[in-house]
Amino acid sequence: MYRYDEFDHQFVRERTRQFRDQAERRMKGELTEDEFRPLRLMNGLYLQLHAYMLRVAVPYGTLSGKQMRALAFIADKWDKGYGHFTTRQNIQYNWIKLEDTADILGALADVEMHAIQTSGNCIRNVTTDHWAGAAADEIADPRPVGELLRQWSSLHPEFSYLPRKFKIAVTGAPHDRAAVKVHDIGLRLHKNDKSETGWEVIVGGGQGRTPIIGVTVRDFLPEHELVGYLEAIMRVYNLYGRRDNKYKARIKILVHELGAEKFKSEVEAEYARKPQASTEVEERELARIAAYFAAPQFDKLPRWSASFEEAKLANPAFARWARNNLGAHKIDGYTIVNISLKPEGGIPGDATGEQMRLMADLAEKYSHDELRISHAQNIVLPHVKKDDAFTIWQGLDAAGLSTANYGLAGDIIACPGLDYCALATARSIPISQAISRKFANLDRQEEIGPIKINISGCINACGHHHVGHIGILGLDKKGEEYYQITLGGSSAENASIGSILGPGFAGHEVADAIETILDTYLKLRAPGEEFLAAYARVGAKPFKEALYATA
Amino acid sequence: MPLLKNNTLISDTWIHAGSDDQLPEAGDVIVSFARLLRDFETLSKRTGKLGVVFSNIERAEALATFLPKLSVIVLAFPAFNDGRAYSIARQLRDFGYRGEIRATGNVLPDQLQFMLQVGFDAFDIGERFPLEAWQGASKQMSLAYQRGLFRRNSEAEIWTERHTDAEPWLEQPHAG
Repeated sequence: MYRYDEFDHQFVRERTRQFRDQAERRMKGELTEDEFRPLRLMNGLYLQLHAYMLRVAVPYGTLSGKQMRALAFIADKWDKGYGHFTTRQNIQYNWIKLEDTADILGALADVEMHAIQTSGNCIRNVTTDHWAGAAADEIADPRPVGELLRQWSSLHPEFSYLPRKFKIAVTGAPHDRAAVKVHDIGLRLHKNDKSETGWEVIVGGGQGRTPIIGVTVRDFLPEHELVGYLEAIMRVYNLYGRRDNKYKARIKILVHELGAEKFKSEVEAEYARKPQASTEVEERELARIAAYFAAPQFDKLPRWSASFEEAKLANPAFARWARNNLGAHKIDGYTIVNISLKPEGGIPGDATGEQMRLMADLAEKYSHDELRISHAQNIVLPHVKKDDAFTIWQGLDAAGLSTANYGLAGDIIACPGLDYCALATARSIPISQAISRKFANLDRQEEIGPIKINISGCINACGHHHVGHIGILGLDKKGEEYYQITLGGSSAENASIGSILGPGFAGHEVADAIETILDTYLKLRAPGEEFLAAYARVGAKPFKEALYATA
Repeated sequence: MPLLKNNTLISDTWIHAGSDDQLPEAGDVIVSFARLLRDFETLSKRTGKLGVVFSNIERAEALATFLPKLSVIVLAFPAFNDGRAYSIARQLRDFGYRGEIRATGNVLPDQLQFMLQVGFDAFDIGERFPLEAWQGASKQMSLAYQRGLFRRNSEAEIWTERHTDAEPWLEQPHAG
């Protein structure tokens, strides 16, 4: 894992001191709320419906046990004993006081963390594959590039007042778990026919009210040119992105309005015109960073673990969890543990301080001191011996963290919605809870198989409903919450935007509607055919008929 | 309006000439970009120095041919969160312009350091904040990661500093 050196430490300390001064000036009345707002936002502090919300960056979703413990400490000391893991691999605390914020940032700095640029119209926390460094299908670990971009984008003086927020995602594997095609910039590592690696640069994807799949502006960019090329993209966006309408200000609109070819030529012209600083420093810096992400010392183990197989035979609940919640590790005898933060009737992504500490313990003992936050709002222990899986499961089970629904109907992604968020038009959490109760039976979830259900409480799409296999969007119709359902979205390498099925539903009808859709799927699927494939084959018609026939 | 330059207040001796104002016999004038285009020949024959007010919706390239004759370029911030002028300032510096780049409009102390780093060196600061607020704001951060910024004496670019010596980091053991 990356470790701060003296420069990184000093940088974050100075930033914390700067914010403490700004907050004090606000509290003394020397700054108006309007003047303070952009300053607090660039440090992750939002004013929500009931209190301040602090969003803490978890760069590329990677944490050590010590860092997770610090998150637990913050939850217990300054919030109500829990935190909320988000779809951007971050954590947010919903009950924060302004006067505590500088102390919280100080506690984060102690463990090499910060809240810089988790909000505001700037380059946000870089996200990546939550299985990075562990996945069997990976070409290379994308996190060194994630860290390089974290540093480059931190307090970038030219790009801190962009037309709108800016999100970058990076993947090093052919199976895209980072949704790179629906980000402002997506970077995808791949190999050419000479087995060299390069980066595909995808620009202008996004969700929100205008969901668009990004376009490729460079197919094979050498790694050491990334920073210079991204600077050119950012400059074109900063200069020409729309600022007259906040809903048309994301880079996807600029790419769309200029046209992909014109946008690309603007970027190429800017890249060619920029005085080309030597890229030597970037190369050396990447090498320095990459050394921190060297794979841990794995033991040489047989692929088959006798104790693991025996535990599964003896304990059906463990066997089910092992079946659903473990991922393929690149090293024999190891596995990836996916801890579901989606218990039946729970709030997706919430964890208590106590649960965080338990996960930190498990990571330290069994996973080379590493944890990941996934964009599906779950926690990952990336490097676990199969021999240890049963012990881990027992620990998780005792803490209410052994829900065996990873990737299934109960593993729902949901934004905070109208329960917390000032932008929301409808609640998300109760809908998620109702669906998860409806599908509480895990046999039934397993019968249905892999399915992504995503819920957003407004058109800004923080619950990524556009790319859910089943997407649910909460809207407001004359003071009543109602929910639109889309089918066929995907954030994977075959990225697609879901299509609206028909008229919306009242909140209490949504779980039944999802049940009807999934029952219809079960009736019509070919053997082994997953939901998305079945939908691609039969289209919306059978689902519409089942949902609206009696209406 | 007080002008902040090199962290001290100076008086602004430049004459702002409107689009149809008669040009003064002597002295340094600042004109609009439209007038610069229209009257460049006359303007460049004057003895005083020449400056221009440049809107953030213009392309920096449009100024390229005039740069050798210009001593001040005034870039306006219609709102503090309209960040276009940061890129324009950087482009002008990339083009080799070494004269004054002045920020005007909604300029706030907490944005001052970013402006300095991209190449601004003079600021119309208004009356809203005391001088100490501006002086403090210009040195909030002593480090930046990005390369190619305009640095003041005590500021360091991390990526450059890190790689100036032999590479001690190569010898550090890493936990992985």
